[in-house]
Amino acid sequence: MSMNNVGRPTRPEAANEEAEGFTSLSGGRGLLQDEPLIFELGGWKKTGVDLPDAVPADSALAGLTRDDAIGLPGLSEPEAVRHYVRLSQKNHAIDLALYPLGSCTMKHNPRLNEKVARLPGLSDIHPLQPQSTVQGAIELMDRLAHWLKTLTGMPAVALSPKAGAHGELCGLLAIRAAHEAAGNGHRKTVLAPTSAHGTNPATAAFCGYTVVEIAQTDDGRVDLADLEAKLGDHVAAIMVTNPNTCGLFERDVVEIARLTHAAGAYFYCDGANFNAIVGRVRPGDLGVDAMHINLHKTFSTPHGGGGPGAGPVVLSEALAPFAPTPWVVHDDGGYRLVEEAEGVAAQAFGRMSAFHGQMGMYVRAYAYMLSHGADGLRQVAEDAVLNANYVKARLSDLMSPAFPEGPCMHEALFDDAWLEGTGVTTLDFAKAMIDEGFHPMTMYFPLVVHGAMLIEPTETESKAELDRFVDALRLLAQAAEAGEVARFKNAPHLAPLKRLDETLAARKPKLKWKPVAPAPLAAE
Amino acid sequence: MRYLPLTPEDRADMLGVIGAGSIDELFVDVPAVARRSEPVDLPHHAGEIEVERELLRLSRRNRSAAEGPFFVGAGAYRHHVPATVDHIIQRSEFLTSYTPYQPEIAQGTLQVLFEFQSQVAALTGMDVANASLYDGSTATAEAVMMAQRVTRKNKAVLSGGVHPQYVGAVETLAHAAGVATLRLPAAIDAEDAVIAAIDQDTACVVVQTPNVFGTATDVTKIAEAAHAAGALLIVVTTEAVSYGLLKSPGAMGADIAVAEGQSIGNGLNFGGPYVGLFACKEKFVRQAPGRLCGETVDADGKRGFVLTLSTREQHIRRDKATSNICTNSGLCALAFSIHMSLLGEQGLRQLASLNHQKALATAKALAAIPGVEILTPRFFNEFAVRVPKDAAEVVETLAAHGVIAGVPYSRLEPGAGLDDVLLVAATETTLDTDITFFAKLLAGAVQ
Repeated sequence: MSMNNVGRPTRPEAANEEAEGFTSLSGGRGLLQDEPLIFELGGWKKTGVDLPDAVPADSALAGLTRDDAIGLPGLSEPEAVRHYVRLSQKNHAIDLALYPLGSCTMKHNPRLNEKVARLPGLSDIHPLQPQSTVQGAIELMDRLAHWLKTLTGMPAVALSPKAGAHGELCGLLAIRAAHEAAGNGHRKTVLAPTSAHGTNPATAAFCGYTVVEIAQTDDGRVDLADLEAKLGDHVAAIMVTNPNTCGLFERDVVEIARLTHAAGAYFYCDGANFNAIVGRVRPGDLGVDAMHINLHKTFSTPHGGGGPGAGPVVLSEALAPFAPTPWVVHDDGGYRLVEEAEGVAAQAFGRMSAFHGQMGMYVRAYAYMLSHGADGLRQVAEDAVLNANYVKARLSDLMSPAFPEGPCMHEALFDDAWLEGTGVTTLDFAKAMIDEGFHPMTMYFPLVVHGAMLIEPTETESKAELDRFVDALRLLAQAAEAGEVARFKNAPHLAPLKRLDETLAARKPKLKWKPVAPAPLAAE
Repeated sequence: MRYLPLTPEDRADMLGVIGAGSIDELFVDVPAVARRSEPVDLPHHAGEIEVERELLRLSRRNRSAAEGPFFVGAGAYRHHVPATVDHIIQRSEFLTSYTPYQPEIAQGTLQVLFEFQSQVAALTGMDVANASLYDGSTATAEAVMMAQRVTRKNKAVLSGGVHPQYVGAVETLAHAAGVATLRLPAAIDAEDAVIAAIDQDTACVVVQTPNVFGTATDVTKIAEAAHAAGALLIVVTTEAVSYGLLKSPGAMGADIAVAEGQSIGNGLNFGGPYVGLFACKEKFVRQAPGRLCGETVDADGKRGFVLTLSTREQHIRRDKATSNICTNSGLCALAFSIHMSLLGEQGLRQLASLNHQKALATAKALAAIPGVEILTPRFFNEFAVRVPKDAAEVVETLAAHGVIAGVPYSRLEPGAGLDDVLLVAATETTLDTDITFFAKLLAGAVQ
């Protein structure tokens, strides 16, 4: 008899009450405990580190030292581990199940990438130590740049932007610098489709541009006639996402580029969805002048609850001289970072941030690229597109695809027409997916589709997992049809918390923990 | 292909369900001119063994900080990070989750962000903090843009003690947004010059403490002068550990406090990813950039957390948003918060004292070398040294002997005429033998 079986055997009674109606005495939920804040758990004199005593010596800080209490709780190591492990169990994650957030691209994060990113020679090096002592790091940046340039068919890349939106800013600043250098500083308008990511207009406005929207055709693409009407010598650039946020390839992209260039403007491509075409289509062949690449999306660096990201920007011949510092150069003497706007980088528009960008993400992305290779990356795009079209095909009889004609790319877009009359909204439907064990899809985006539901399965989902997901959605869809409104209205039922009051949070913002009087510090 | 689960049979079945004859039919919208039939000119896929070998090769061409005496700071600092921190941030549920758009199944991330905001507000002595920005330099640039929105004035005064690469990030964004920047000449102690530069057109004054030369400053007088002119005071800190020993920005009158949070919980990583701390007075919160996490209740009245005040953000306000940022440094903020929790008030104060003592010991050893002069009057864990030679040359010479001596100021600002100035930082990881060896080598190098 194994130890596990020692003790009284159990035989459950048939349950005579819904699990829903049962509550524990402590408010916990089985292994899922209510977890206090560190401010409620910790002690003001407690610490989880052993540091050598600081020798009480002289100070070079007369009159500058803090005499007030900071108000920071401390936890012992076991308390800290338990606190954060318990919190972690209240998160959905791609390692738990499919996470079909359209336009966010939640795919498997290989642990090999984490392992190599922690090699001391890559993680424990300072951005300002002598360049002679970091030749491998600069070589890695150069190799990553080579892969990005080759995959996009573009001649130059700026690695330093720290996220996709930061990359947009970088691209537009290069465009602006190019216009200014050519005496075209009067071009103050940026065109963007109505379906653009919100970051596009926000970025353009941040750069001092006026944003003018371009209309969309009935089949979800940029309206060429409207584009032509709005182009002119006041236009600095257009920003087009391709594949776009409706999950569709812009069929007329070459013509868009031609018209844009003929008007003397530059073509910025939002490359958030590059994973749909990597290895099969080079944006440089489409006439793109600048495009950011979200390394975390296409090249699988982990999202970490909202970051860090990394947003290198590839640039055309015309924009390359204006790329921000630092630049990587190499010659017989080895690799070198050009950190100031001088020499080869004389026309650089400035710098995006201190130091050289997201090295930790470069390592992960480069490891992912090497793992896939030219052949595998092409397969990535094919499987991403195949999976999305499979989901679309299997759901189209019950749900209403926003653009039923033709294939989609890496994401399948539905609207809420099929929910009409059921009393169930897109939000309700999404929350009900949580009860089935899946993270909801992207909701209400893109704005051009009513009640939008944007599903992106990505290439790292198996057919079996897709079928499990589709089967769950089909059951939910049938339940909505059948009028089971309560299942949706109060969803989620089975999450760590019920639906949260977001209105209250915004009306009465409570953005930090506040001590109850008397302050625990004073009491101790 | 180990990351791709579909088999050839799966693919054929799925194409059948879709009703497509081949994968190419799914790419029919791509113009023929741009369709590639051949793979791009890059190597084919590699197994774990080969990838590890290649990354190990690259890593071995770098000299890591742990290999020997190391005195480099200037905006990034080598500290000891408890093993617990890296273990926790590698948990799947933190590492592989996304932005907490669905709060019911993201309470782990959200509670951590709320705790992080609370810690940052306490450290900086400010009313509220956001859920992090990319890094200290971009946080500073965002603070300048915010000051323009709040004051509706268009000039930023930047102290000569602000890290030059931070200045670069600010100038880049400010130029784009039409904000004029007045950058004062590099100065080890710049208080009077900053006050003199403030006028009625000033939207904000940006000061760093401890500054890039290591000088710690009580900025109360600068705050008074800024406020008298209707300007905001932005206080920048690149060494977050200094909060454990020095007066907080809030206590000195800051309107916005920004900082690099790398020092707590995060490694050097050759410059990123780092974590930008951003805190401000409560009345400005709706002009703040980035994410905010707030407390609320669920349908059963239980406490929970959500992202809030998102009407400031790009996905709602689009071209009227307070920033274009659509992310934060979630995982780095988590690392910061775990390390901060482990330290607690006691641990942070002790860590800060240790850092200060190590720097004092280093300065003492270097000051004893003939021809070497300590320039920084009041410092925390970093100070500027004048050497009787080109500082960049000195650094290369010492690197060849195994000591990474610091940052020559000329690397940060080549034209400043400070080629003989070396920035030296010490932390709790600095050993007494490191200091002795450094002083010995430096004495030889400057003879």
